[in-house]
Amino acid sequence: MYLAAEGGHNPILPIWQELVVGTIAFALLVFVLLKFVMPRMETMYQARVDAIEGGLKRAEAAQAEANQLLEQYRAQLAEVRTEAARIRDDARADAEGIRQDILAKAREESDRIIAAGKEQLVAERTTIVRELRTEVGTLAVDLAGKIVGESLADEARRAGTVDRFLDGLESAGAR
Amino acid sequence: MSGQLVVAQDLPWPPSVNDFYPPAVAGPWVTKFTLMVWLAVGLVIIFYMAAYRNPKLVPSKGQWLAESVYGLVRDNIAREQMGNAGIRFAPYFTVLFSFILITNFFSIVPGLQISPNSHIAFPIVLSAISYVLYLAVGVRKHGLLKYLKMSLILPGVPWPMHFLLVPIEFLQNFVVRPVTLALRLFANMFAGHLLLLVFTVGGFVMLSADNLFVQVTSVFSFAMAIVMAFFEALVAVLQAYVFVTLTANYVGTSLAEEH
Repeated sequence: MYLAAEGGHNPILPIWQELVVGTIAFALLVFVLLKFVMPRMETMYQARVDAIEGGLKRAEAAQAEANQLLEQYRAQLAEVRTEAARIRDDARADAEGIRQDILAKAREESDRIIAAGKEQLVAERTTIVRELRTEVGTLAVDLAGKIVGESLADEARRAGTVDRFLDGLESAGAR
Repeated sequence: MSGQLVVAQDLPWPPSVNDFYPPAVAGPWVTKFTLMVWLAVGLVIIFYMAAYRNPKLVPSKGQWLAESVYGLVRDNIAREQMGNAGIRFAPYFTVLFSFILITNFFSIVPGLQISPNSHIAFPIVLSAISYVLYLAVGVRKHGLLKYLKMSLILPGVPWPMHFLLVPIEFLQNFVVRPVTLALRLFANMFAGHLLLLVFTVGGFVMLSADNLFVQVTSVFSFAMAIVMAFFEALVAVLQAYVFVTLTANYVGTSLAEEH
């Protein structure tokens, strides 16, 4: 070939100095960039992906959490409402119970007072009857003595005596 | 008229392989090509260092550009080819992509006008690294024997076929892949430069012709050179993308469980 003969270069055959220079230069390039630049590049890339996708995910997570909290608050609110209703019902039931108690006690008390009064009445009646019995005896004896002593002369006097006796009897009974 | 002739005589016509081998600046170690490689390394390092000196969640323009490159390689190449396992390799692929991209672009940068990748030495270095990378990944993941078996033996094939298939698979996985990887990049950049040379130098040669008609038609040659420059830009991006995508694909097959 006249080309090769003329210049002495075959383009398919490498120049060995260029192989060496190429290797060293490219190795240097690879070393510097892989050590100082590319790791940060990947980190930044991840950070950006995270910033975008992560932002969306975080927003979704926040939304979900907010919804969950809302549900929770609603549940708690409902719980509290039923609790309040229960307490109100309890209070009402208690009040009713207390009222019933008080009423029962009052009734009992009044019954007791009435019973005591009745008993006292009975007792007083028996004493009165007893006293009356003894008194009626003496009165009868007195009256009989007076009747006998007056000698039954005068109808009118007799009637007066009887009246006086009865008055005496009434006043004694009223005492 | 005589000045035009001098220009024409200075320009090498037709373009030849020797146009790819400019005289050394200072010995074989310091040539236009080695200097361009160092320049590319410096530019890429400076770009990423400056862009990522102070990274923020809301990026500046430079940081955004750097992250766009990284994002392209990470999501559209590494993850596309290898799934989520590819993210681990995305940093290296990004460096590889950036380096190939900028060295390819040198082919249309005024003053440089040629890509280092049109010397096969540099594509060989890059493809050798990819080669070692996907072999190492495969051996580390599966162990040497299992990786060889996975690479060479197709499952579900009648056994006599292996006499035919094993050599083919061997060639495919251990020879053709790295060679084509280097050759593809080299040939694209080589041919691109040659095309630009043909149309630009050809334009000047036509301009210095004695015939008026030929001088006028040189306009088409220059126009074609401009079109080819844009085409070269496209090829520069495309070849960087293809190189990294294929590397990712090879590493991905090394990681895969099945053949």
